[in-house]
Amino acid sequence: METWNRFVFTFFNADIAWRYWPTILEGLWVTIAAGLLVVVTGVTCGMLLASLRTLGIRALNIPIILFVDIFRALPPLAIILVIFFGLPNVGIVLPSLVVLWISLGAVLAAFSEEVFWAGITSVPPGQWMASRSTGMTFGQTLFHVILPQAVKLAIPPLTNRTISITKNLALGSAIGVNEILGQANSALSMSSNATPLTMGAFLYVLVFAPLILASRMLERRYQWGGH
Amino acid sequence: MDMLIQEFFNFQVMARVWPMILAGLIQTALLCAVLIPIGIAGGIGTMLLATSGHRALRWPTILAIDFFRSFPPLVLIIFVYAGIPFLGLQVPALAAISVAFFLNASAYFGEIFRAGMKSVPKGQVEAARSTGMTAGQTFLYVTFPQAVRNVLPDLLSNTIELVKLTTLASVVSVPELLHSADLARSLTYNSSPLILAAGIYLLVLWPLVRIISRLEHRLR
Repeated sequence: METWNRFVFTFFNADIAWRYWPTILEGLWVTIAAGLLVVVTGVTCGMLLASLRTLGIRALNIPIILFVDIFRALPPLAIILVIFFGLPNVGIVLPSLVVLWISLGAVLAAFSEEVFWAGITSVPPGQWMASRSTGMTFGQTLFHVILPQAVKLAIPPLTNRTISITKNLALGSAIGVNEILGQANSALSMSSNATPLTMGAFLYVLVFAPLILASRMLERRYQWGGH
Repeated sequence: MDMLIQEFFNFQVMARVWPMILAGLIQTALLCAVLIPIGIAGGIGTMLLATSGHRALRWPTILAIDFFRSFPPLVLIIFVYAGIPFLGLQVPALAAISVAFFLNASAYFGEIFRAGMKSVPKGQVEAARSTGMTAGQTFLYVTFPQAVRNVLPDLLSNTIELVKLTTLASVVSVPELLHSADLARSLTYNSSPLILAAGIYLLVLWPLVRIISRLEHRLR
């Protein structure tokens, strides 16, 4: 019983929860805002890069493939640290939130380019020929015929990737972004109690569990569609 | 331009901190050697539970998979590493990250293996069983190998994710590659050690990324 009480006191302390609730809630808004920024810029840039790749220009494709491969291979924390500690020494000082945004946005752009590109290449080449022969321009073909089909194929893997990359927002706490984990961590050291961490973890699950469930439903739906 | 080279590609600094970086690299290799096998084993176990015929086993497992998939790994690590000591128990950093990675990797690998098992047609099981194979033999010799083949790109890419995830150990001061590089950075006031570490990750992981790209495009 003694151990149980101690456990509750340490991880589920109502007093502490009440006191630090506003601080951690602030972190929630930062996490959500940063998450939206990362998702919108990352997916947009990824689609843009995949579209550029369809032009088939060598001088363009090589840098794109290089960018994609490098950001798929590098650990996000390594990217974050290089940008955060390296750039100030060459005269570029960015707020930590911007560093987090750029780093994760680039990682998501790389992964989503790969997914969109896979979608584009799996549309049968006959579709290109048919559209072009009806007099559509290259751009019209890409945007009205190819991309809509590619995006449909890309949605399930893209959702999974987006979720797992967005979870890296917690890495922001390592460079002082006041997102959920960062706020929870400082509340932890102020209160000498683990309850703020429980709250932070709870908030993360609250944000991501619906997304995970949605991705499951998407997967099932596209399976039934049986492309 | 000179400033950029001085700051990011300073070979003198790189040479000076090389012993530190090497020690970190070894630690990272050890971490991977431990974490990848336990993650895969945990994934197979999770998959067996998640595909079992008993509802009482299946549903809680699927719930646990979704729970740990929606839990950022760093939060899990900090939770185990910083939370438990308040109970009066000392947790070594290495144990904390092993527990955290085990839970995280089991969920992800479990989900991949489950998708793989689902992709094997039911007729395979029926055929194998009707030749007199036991359920265990059917799994081991017929369905599981096909499942692994079908999800090989996902398995490989999750393994890469796991290797990249070991960098999170640096946050709880495990002296792995990124941690050593960051320490070297703060000692030399120069970012070249970080670039060196990034280069090592790139050197190891890039070929794997290429292989996955190939595999994915071939399967489609």
